[in-house]
Amino acid sequence: MLTPQSEAELSEIVTGAKAPLRIIGGGTRPIGTPQAGDTLSTAGLSGVTLYEPGALTLVAQAGTPVEEVEAALAKEGQRLAFEPMDHRGLLGTSGTPTIGGVVAGNISGPRRVSSVGACRDSLLGVRFVDGMGRILKNGGRVMKNVTGYDLNKLMCGSWGTLGVLSEVALKVLPQTHCTGGLVIEGLSDDEAVKVLSRALATPFEVTGAAHFQKGPDGTPVTMIRVEGSDASVRYRTGELERLLSDTGTVRIEPDAGRNSADWQAVRDVAPFHGTQGDVWKLSVKPSDAPGIVARIDGGEALYDWGGGLVWLQVPQGRQAEAIRAAVDEKGGHATLVRGRNAVATFHPPKPGVEAIEAGLRQRFDPKGVFNPGLMGRVA
Amino acid sequence: MEMPRPNPAILSRKAELIEKLQGVMPSDAVISDPMETRAYECDALTAYKCAPMAVVLPGSTQEVSEALRICHDMGVPVVPRGAGTSLAGGVLPTEDSVILGVSRLTDVLEADYDNRFVRVQTGRTNLSVTGAVEEQGFFYAPDPSSQLACAIAGNIAMNSGGAHCLKYGVTTNNLMGVTLVQMDGTILELGGAHMDAGGYDLLGVVCGSEGQLGIVTEATLRILPKPEGARPVLMGYDNNEVAGQAVSDIIKAGVLPVAIEFMDRPCIRACEAFAKAGYPDCEALLIVEVEGSEAEIDEQLETIMEIAQTHNPVELRQSTSAEESARIWLGRKSAFGAMGQINDYMCLDGTIPVSQLPFVLRRIGELSEEFGLDVANVFHAGDGNMHPLILYNANTPGDLEKCEALGAEILKLCVEAGGCLTGEHGVGIEKRDLMLDQYAPEDLDIQMAVKDVFDPRWLLNPAKVFPLATSEARRIAAE
Repeated sequence: MLTPQSEAELSEIVTGAKAPLRIIGGGTRPIGTPQAGDTLSTAGLSGVTLYEPGALTLVAQAGTPVEEVEAALAKEGQRLAFEPMDHRGLLGTSGTPTIGGVVAGNISGPRRVSSVGACRDSLLGVRFVDGMGRILKNGGRVMKNVTGYDLNKLMCGSWGTLGVLSEVALKVLPQTHCTGGLVIEGLSDDEAVKVLSRALATPFEVTGAAHFQKGPDGTPVTMIRVEGSDASVRYRTGELERLLSDTGTVRIEPDAGRNSADWQAVRDVAPFHGTQGDVWKLSVKPSDAPGIVARIDGGEALYDWGGGLVWLQVPQGRQAEAIRAAVDEKGGHATLVRGRNAVATFHPPKPGVEAIEAGLRQRFDPKGVFNPGLMGRVA
Repeated sequence: MEMPRPNPAILSRKAELIEKLQGVMPSDAVISDPMETRAYECDALTAYKCAPMAVVLPGSTQEVSEALRICHDMGVPVVPRGAGTSLAGGVLPTEDSVILGVSRLTDVLEADYDNRFVRVQTGRTNLSVTGAVEEQGFFYAPDPSSQLACAIAGNIAMNSGGAHCLKYGVTTNNLMGVTLVQMDGTILELGGAHMDAGGYDLLGVVCGSEGQLGIVTEATLRILPKPEGARPVLMGYDNNEVAGQAVSDIIKAGVLPVAIEFMDRPCIRACEAFAKAGYPDCEALLIVEVEGSEAEIDEQLETIMEIAQTHNPVELRQSTSAEESARIWLGRKSAFGAMGQINDYMCLDGTIPVSQLPFVLRRIGELSEEFGLDVANVFHAGDGNMHPLILYNANTPGDLEKCEALGAEILKLCVEAGGCLTGEHGVGIEKRDLMLDQYAPEDLDIQMAVKDVFDPRWLLNPAKVFPLATSEARRIAAE
């Protein structure tokens, strides 16, 4: 494994590369099947390089463990607001998730549904090495920046196929004092998404909206989260309970530890840890989600983002075409996150978009050395 | 301001071009009379003017596509235009260009409250997007000062911000999908009513690309439920440094105000004279606004007022009524108009790390003295987005040049302090030649490579964003 200890060394390796490289951070999110080749890890580029709590800004080298970033933030009462998922449980991997890996995969958690947005919405700047070995930068470390094209967005979620990240700058936010949860049991998928939509349409700043098709005892569980000061959470959970009381028994979960564990289970897709099936990640219009899930035989779903994100488990090697067809019909995309299948890991782009993606890849990585085969078409 | 020389071969084919354009859209949608094209000679950066060869105002995505294909085939540069409120010269034409305006595309196509989005044509103004959904209790968050006039198309091109970005983000954080027409007429759908991209985040790179990658005719925008209420508090300090420290302390305390606005003495005085908002006469004024229910607002403001007190304010006033809140904001919102009454001014838009606020303000003061031009500061302090206003007299020979030179120095200062040239206005022509102060040549090369992919012939808004010398090889190769 190649583990450069500096940006310059990383650049040298890429400049000299003549065969495909498999780019990883901590290697905890092995999604898809890139062509075999030397593994290049950014784990050697590690450390928080700048943290200004008063400016809500943190800059870290790409290989910095997520845990280290979160610990530094927690000391100042702050956090990564997009609460990145830890894939180890779902994918059965070990190792240390890195902040560069989070950015490369645009990894976001339940708070994505609120105005916080995704990882890409918190990304302020990147440094990366392109396929010619050039050390490049885009964006910066300030919250508003429209100086030139926003390549942060392009790098975020391109899974190391356009460049190797060496450093990322992120917007961070204050931690909240209190987390409140509402729980409704026994709803159908359709009813649940409608309830979540109603909650998300209130001014109570819902920061989590999820539905387990099967809760711990097999009964469906719908969950809504609000965060803030103690008084504010009390007020908001009370208002939401009143508003949603016509849908069934709404229970306020008072235990902070329980709330935090429940939302971590949503974030990390706990119901599918250690199970056998393939797991798909569907990104669709929330109200379309239950209908799409209903079309897939043998599937089991966990809905997040108010229904906009569906984690769908299906029997191994099955249903790929049906899932892609159902999503294509309604709009959105489906990624095969766990399992091997003859289909492409990422949703095949439409022709016009495919041409642009291939063109970008050709220009960012003319030698075709970055994770070829992982995403889109190799030029 | 240097612009590429018009291509005589294109100018000589004007009649042929007009005839072709008239073949694909109603004749009143094609403007070529020099008397009428003059209306499109500049945007809100009025120092530079040039009438285009023609203006087209298509009525549908299909017409946009056909107009672009015609221009593409004839090698005619196209400058996309929203409402023309750009402060950066983003829509300055060249003599041999066609302006493509989206002002006839103003429909709301779909409002979906269950899924919290609205789909609009992009000629629609920013404020009227909120207007279309507010009866249902929703709003569209980005709120540039020009929101009454500016179009969504321009907001997307420049990735516009506003006063409330600290909490709600800028355009790119509220944009879910677009219909994009490429220069060769290809129509692409990027994103939609779902969240996040399935492949590369092309939507993210289109937003803020200043009309150089394609023309956005329709947009899917995230809408948010309106907060129960909002209330500002006014804080006056007798020095900028202390005010800057107060901002940083408020943020560190864990309350996230929806807006933190900053004004310095010259700006406070001008606004007070103009709007009579009841501002104290002091060195630095902060307006801090929080949202929520009455009780929630009280609780947040209590924390904020406590912090404010520790810095010995000369004035600390919490709004007690909707009318008072409106008056506090009126002063701030009329800042630009107030300055305009006093003098001609140039509005800058650099962003700096909040921690550098005192240093940067002090340095701007020194530069202002050096150049002999007054500078008033009004800006979004929570996110470090500064708007220094340089006062000058357009009728005094040499004053504009002096003002531009001072502006360039201030923007370089922002970059040196760890910030950037532009936080929400865009590069346009105004900051084009400063790009190499922020980026190395290869950083710009990889950006231009993106344009190569979307617009290989470099016909869309070609003379913007990148220094002309930097983009010259590509523009010539494409001809």
